[in-house]
This record gives sequence, C-alpha cells and structure tokens, in this order.
Amino acid sequence: MLSCKEVTELVSQSIERRLSLREMLRLRMHLFVCTACSRFTRQMKFLHAAARAYARRGISAARQWVLSTAARERIRVVIRRER
Amino acid sequence: MAESTSAERWLDDHGDALFGFAFMRLRDRETSEDLVQETLLAAWRSRESFAATSSERTWLIGILKHKLADHWRRSARQPSDNLNADADDDLIEKTFDMEKGGPWRVSPSAWASPEAALEQEQFWRILIDCVAALPPAQAQAFSLCEFDGLKGEEACKAMQVASTNLWVMLHRARLRLRQCLENNWFGREPKG
Repeated sequence: MLSCKEVTELVSQSIERRLSLREMLRLRMHLFVCTACSRFTRQMKFLHAAARAYARRGISAARQWVLSTAARERIRVVIRRER
Repeated sequence: MAESTSAERWLDDHGDALFGFAFMRLRDRETSEDLVQETLLAAWRSRESFAATSSERTWLIGILKHKLADHWRRSARQPSDNLNADADDDLIEKTFDMEKGGPWRVSPSAWASPEAALEQEQFWRILIDCVAALPPAQAQAFSLCEFDGLKGEEACKAMQVASTNLWVMLHRARLRLRQCLENNWFGREPKG
C-alpha cells in the first residue's frame, strides 16, 4: 500500500505526466480508503484549475499592477537613447 | 507611420500589460520594471521579426517570457536559492510522519465551495501571495507549469533541470500552496 506521502507525489505528477497503469491502480486503491488523500486530490485539481483561470484573466486581474510614472519615464528615456 | 515612434507607442499601449504579467510572477516591482525595459529594447532591436499575423501584445509577451526565463536562470544560479530539492526536507517531515511510514500529520480539511472563491478578487491576491512566498525555484516551477501552461519537458528545459527534479519541486510547491490556501482562505471563518 502506498503511503500518503507517496500518494501526494503521484497525484502531483499526474498533472505533468501520464501515470502508468500500475501507479494508477495503487493510487486508486489508496484513495478508495483514505479521506485525507481524496481531499488532497480534489484540492490539487482545484489549484490546477484556479491557476489556469488566473493566467487566462491574469492581465486584466493585474490592472492595479501598473507601471509607475517614474518607471515609465525612465524606460522612455532608455528607449529614446536606443534609436 | 514613423517607425521610430513604435517602441514608445508599445510602452504606452502595452507597458502596463507587460508589467502586470511580470509582476504577477515575480511580485517584485523593480525587477518587473527592468524586464519591461529589456523586453521593449529587445523588441525594438528585432522589430523586423514581428510577424503581422500575431498581435503586437502577444509578440511582446512572448519576448517577455524569454526575459523571465533568463531572469529565473540567473537567480537559480545564486547559491542562496537552491535547485537542490533535497535541501527542503523539513517540509516533508512537517507534513508527513515519516517514522510511521508517511501518513499525514494533520489531514487536509474539507474546503467549502472552492468554486465560489474564483469569483472573489481577494482569493486571487492570496493565491499569488502564496506563490510568491514559495522558495524561488518552486515558485518558478509552479509558475511555468501552471500559469504559463508549459509541458513538463519545456519547463525542464527552461529551468535546466531533470524531470524528476521538476516533479519534486512541483510536489513541494503544491504541498505548500495547499497549506497556504487552507491557512489564509479556506480555514477562515466565513464573513458577514
């Protein structure tokens, strides 16, 4: 039986790579009986979806993160010097 | 159109977007500003390579992504920041009882209506703060794979690490983020 630590490793890896059949079976067996790891698995799916959603709307969500006037002018000077 | 004005126009039209993109990943004003500047200069020098088939912003963001990768590579070489995943064993030991074979020390709690969190501005801020609080290499790994949607191999190439190393970093990043979100969002008493 996989330990909870090993299960969290496999769950994490399943986001980047396809698990082998054997890994999948062992994972399922553990999740079937372990509430904590089942929660962890759902939370990782949520985190994945949240990160993607954030990246999609990232630029508009970051609207309060704008260049300061000072930085903008500094960059403008550098650009002018370049031409 | 006077071509000589376009770099300045990019600054006016896309400066904030570029800054926001960098700042979301770095949470560091000064470095983000530097990267915007580097991006605009690089764009200006390679203006011939701009294909009218893509939008200006997409093109500029593409250049910025390269600048970000360069930045991360540089900072990963600094000794204070370790790409060596094993130096972070504390986290595993704190999370799992390794003497008993690796069960959770404290079980994850049930998260109430996580989907509703996505509608709230405050949640995003906490998520980004949690990412920014990660050890730098883990933050980079997470950012490349989850925000930028890079495939495993691409992220390995960008970070110059083996895939097993990347998986270890991502696993740790996710354990930390899970805990951070639970502490700062899902564990809170509902307000109002």
